[in-house]
Amino acid sequence: MANFVVDKNGIKRYLVTIKVNGNEYTKMVKANSLLVNFLREDLDITGTKKACEQGDCGACTVLLDGKPVNSCMVLTLSVDGREVTTVEGLASNAKLDIIQEKFIEHSAPQCGFCAPGILMAAKALLMNNPHPTELEVREAIAGNLCRCTGYVHYVEAILDAADSQ
Amino acid sequence: MYLPDFEYFNPDSVEEACQLLLKYGSKAKAIAGGTDVLVKMKKELLAPEVIVGIGQLSQLKKIEYVPGKGVVIGSGVTHNEVQNSKVLQEKYLSVSEAAHQMANNQVRNLGTIGGNISNAVPSADMPPILIALDTTAKIVGAKGERTLPLEDVFAGPNETVLEHDELITEFVIPDGSFTGSTYMKFGLRASGALAVVGVAASVQMEDGVIKDARIVLGAVSPVPVRAKKAEDFLKGKPAGEEIFAEAGVIASGECKPISDIRASAEYRKDMVRVFTKRALNKAANEGHV
Ligand SMILES: Cc1cc2nc3c(=O)[nH]c(=O)nc-3n(C[C@H](O)[C@H](O)[C@H](O)COP(=O)(O)OP(=O)(O)OC[C@H]3O[C@@H](n4cnc5c(N)ncnc54)[C@H](O)[C@@H]3O)c2cc1C
Ligand code: FES
Ligand code: FES
Repeated sequence: MANFVVDKNGIKRYLVTIKVNGNEYTKMVKANSLLVNFLREDLDITGTKKACEQGDCGACTVLLDGKPVNSCMVLTLSVDGREVTTVEGLASNAKLDIIQEKFIEHSAPQCGFCAPGILMAAKALLMNNPHPTELEVREAIAGNLCRCTGYVHYVEAILDAADSQ
Repeated sequence: MYLPDFEYFNPDSVEEACQLLLKYGSKAKAIAGGTDVLVKMKKELLAPEVIVGIGQLSQLKKIEYVPGKGVVIGSGVTHNEVQNSKVLQEKYLSVSEAAHQMANNQVRNLGTIGGNISNAVPSADMPPILIALDTTAKIVGAKGERTLPLEDVFAGPNETVLEHDELITEFVIPDGSFTGSTYMKFGLRASGALAVVGVAASVQMEDGVIKDARIVLGAVSPVPVRAKKAEDFLKGKPAGEEIFAEAGVIASGECKPISDIRASAEYRKDMVRVFTKRALNKAANEGHV
């Protein structure tokens, strides 16, 4: 269990070390801290979005040890010592990930609020299955709701990204 | 949405977790994947003062075949681990497919089989297929352990027979005589929908004759139930579409669903008829699928 200090109200604050996008961060958090809020508020890494906050919409999708999860349903304490990748971690050296390139090329997002989550879900898919079928793509992003587009361009963009890697 | 304050413990073993649950009694809640507990806390349906995290216990993370015992599934394995398990895909694809039909990929990476059972929601997807395969649950508490048929673990909606200090550690699907099994979930969308009805069937076939059968219905009563009249009707009969259709009518007649936001009682009854027939057909003809 992580080390903690007790604040003036008797609430414990725990010391956690979490690797986010390759950088290690050590912070004090309360037991009730959720990963999505830790990323956005404690680390100011705000690419990860919040919408439903109940596991339904996928806007908060991040990779935890390489697997996509809803960061609105993960306690920060349970991530101590583990590795998180957010949408900010996709591009390297200012070069966009191929999926990001294809999202732009296909005009896949409209308002874009769902895009960080869909990017992470798609990234997880292509890491495990570089050449998915259309059905596999649809299944991989089934946990991501988009209220703008109807998904067709997203599916096309992800399939195109798979073909272009 | 933020969670209220609580005290968090991260025990190193099941035994330590049980001691903590004993010590804090009804103030404490165990959490595995958290996909249910955390959502309920956000909705203010639950406000535990103490949370005991069991999601990282490696003790609960195995899926293995033990000759003479059966397939052992640790309660802490996630739905995606059930779905992708080579052991299950080989022996009981029906179980990994049931996990595959749940929620969505992100939730399946968090939610556990132990949480799905212990939550005891009538529409939960794992209970029917596991009961159909005669699964037992090993329960460990601060004062000892016991093993129960999974069927007897459920006490009502959101209620199990577990004492406050008890945890399920593993499920065992015993080596058995079933030659086929399947779970069919009927939801209102292809993905992420809870079951309107869920039907699991298992059969023991011998030369085209049904030696034994189990039909387990989800989402039609306070706990997952077996359609025992339909099961009895099938025993000793030759397998065939008409027999299975008749079993569907019997199962539909013996279940007592309620009407709710997802479907009316009448509709559920009719879907039980349809999916019992289809599930039996599949289990009899295609093995564990
Ligand atoms: C968006 C979304 C979609 C969903 N879709 C489905 C679906 O399609 N089908 C379905 O069946 N469910 C669904 N669920 C419900 C939920 O994800 C599952 O029931 C999941 O398996 C719960 O597991 P968990 O580990 O997250 O449980 P937790 O939230 O950690 O725990 C749930 C309950 O079980 C208890 N518990 C956990 N582990 C044990 C144990 N080993 N021994 C004793 N008690 C224990 C906890 O104390 C708590 O009371 C969905 C949830 C969400 C958020
Ligand atoms: S904000 Fe996490 S799933 Fe919607
Ligand atoms: S682009 Fe607006 S929600 Fe998806």
